[in-house]
Amino acid sequence: MINIENLTKKFGEVTAVDGLTFSVDEGEVFGFLGPNGAGKTTTIRMLCCLISKTSGEARIADYQIGKATDSLQIRKMIGLVPDNVGLYDDLTAFENLDFYGKLYECPEERRKENIERFLKMLDLWERKDTRAGSFSKGMKQKLALARALVHEPKILFLDEPTANLDPESAKTVRDFILEIKKQGRTIFLNTHNLDEAQRICDRIGIIKTKLLTVGTPEQLRGSLSKPKTEIRLAKVTEDLVSALRKLIPNKMEVSGDKLIIDVNNPDKENPSIISAITSTGGQVREVTQIVPSLEDVYLQIVKETK
Amino acid sequence: MRISKAWIVAAKDMRIFLRKKYLIYSLVALPLIIGIGLPLVLHLVGAKKQALNGTALLSVMNAFSFFFGIGAGVLPIILASYSLVGEKIEKSLEPLLATPITDSELLLGKSIAAFIPPVCAIYISSIFFMGLSNLWTHNILGYSYFPNWNIGLILLAVVPLAALLSIEWSVIVSSRATDVRAAQLQSMLVIIPFFIIYILTEIGAITLDTRTIGIISGVILVADIILFFLSTKTFQREEILTKWM
Repeated sequence: MINIENLTKKFGEVTAVDGLTFSVDEGEVFGFLGPNGAGKTTTIRMLCCLISKTSGEARIADYQIGKATDSLQIRKMIGLVPDNVGLYDDLTAFENLDFYGKLYECPEERRKENIERFLKMLDLWERKDTRAGSFSKGMKQKLALARALVHEPKILFLDEPTANLDPESAKTVRDFILEIKKQGRTIFLNTHNLDEAQRICDRIGIIKTKLLTVGTPEQLRGSLSKPKTEIRLAKVTEDLVSALRKLIPNKMEVSGDKLIIDVNNPDKENPSIISAITSTGGQVREVTQIVPSLEDVYLQIVKETK
Repeated sequence: MRISKAWIVAAKDMRIFLRKKYLIYSLVALPLIIGIGLPLVLHLVGAKKQALNGTALLSVMNAFSFFFGIGAGVLPIILASYSLVGEKIEKSLEPLLATPITDSELLLGKSIAAFIPPVCAIYISSIFFMGLSNLWTHNILGYSYFPNWNIGLILLAVVPLAALLSIEWSVIVSSRATDVRAAQLQSMLVIIPFFIIYILTEIGAITLDTRTIGIISGVILVADIILFFLSTKTFQREEILTKWM
């Protein structure tokens, strides 16, 4: 659905996006992670035909970005929720959506149906005649989501849709994104929220001007560090640790009453580790498998580029 | 260019204008002053106190007619600056530019919204101006002075051309402004020449006849064409998103 090859954007001497190459499949939720100033918003703006590319190629469906005749076609099939929602405070929720529906040439009957459907899905229907200016941040974000969907776009670009929202509003927005995902729409999600990315996205790309890595959350978590087994003992003594070091070849760290041991295959290695501990007189209280989180992966990848 | 798209934007802007009290007051106050206030001055100073003879009265009435040109310069600035800087403040330009609308359709829509209400207000006030002026000067002049070619030319040529000039100038100024009031104040510079023409008319340095009004209209037209190119160059989506905001 989205094919990007060597896409680059420069602002004067500054390279904001450098040689991006990746693709997003139809119906996929693609997460774009990166620190501030990494080029996430610039990428979305290029894909939405809001700003020009400096070099490279990008195609949305059969249309090419940067080609004047294709730009209008691309903008017809996408919906955008920018990082600043940009609603008209003096218009009601309904009027905001109606205005955008008209711009997208959505026929009146379908437009009204969609407005009602999305406002109901987002619990805003009762407030349809209230001016957007009086809405809370969470309600505005929900309204911006409805606005991006009013013409039923094939692709939805979301630029940090849950940033600065309270946990409840963020959850509503996330649940709504998952609901849209079920409808088979392609979603391109810029986010800082690693937990959100892990829960929502089929694949994740990490960017810092250049694309650092792409993969499923599982692939990314497994790509960097080995899993670890954390074993809490009744008491950790030096004698016990030195005896264990002779029996267990794996890398082992001691942290208070815990042993943290690198393992390649937890299912295979954990039982032998436990029997080694018990054979040397250790009393196991708790065994926990530690899998590197997406945050660990993200921080490590971003750190490596510094 | 699709006029329908421009009209959607214009209708939205006009709906917002109607909900802003200070914009409504501005749209009503100045036309009210010109349409009723100026004839009242003629009535109180000229006709009632007989401080002006027929020739002087005609000269003042001619000069007052030019206030429609000034009004047409002032009012669109208030709306256009609000419309453009308002979008900037509300950060609504990015989602708007992501819709299938071209830059020129958007600019046209904004221009229509800033053009129609002021020009309508000016035309309505001109009816009051002409009616009341005739009513209160008829006893001195012995005939109804309005309508005549002078005011006809002012209303049909100077007013729309001055309104366009203000809108185009506001687009350029608004691209750099981050505050509506600042944009309005800076844009007001464009009406200084109109005031100079009025003062020159009042002191008798120029006579506001059809020839002079024609020349003034021609000069505004040239300025309109120049500012049209400058404003359309300013109103480019990449420029708006990377430099305006």
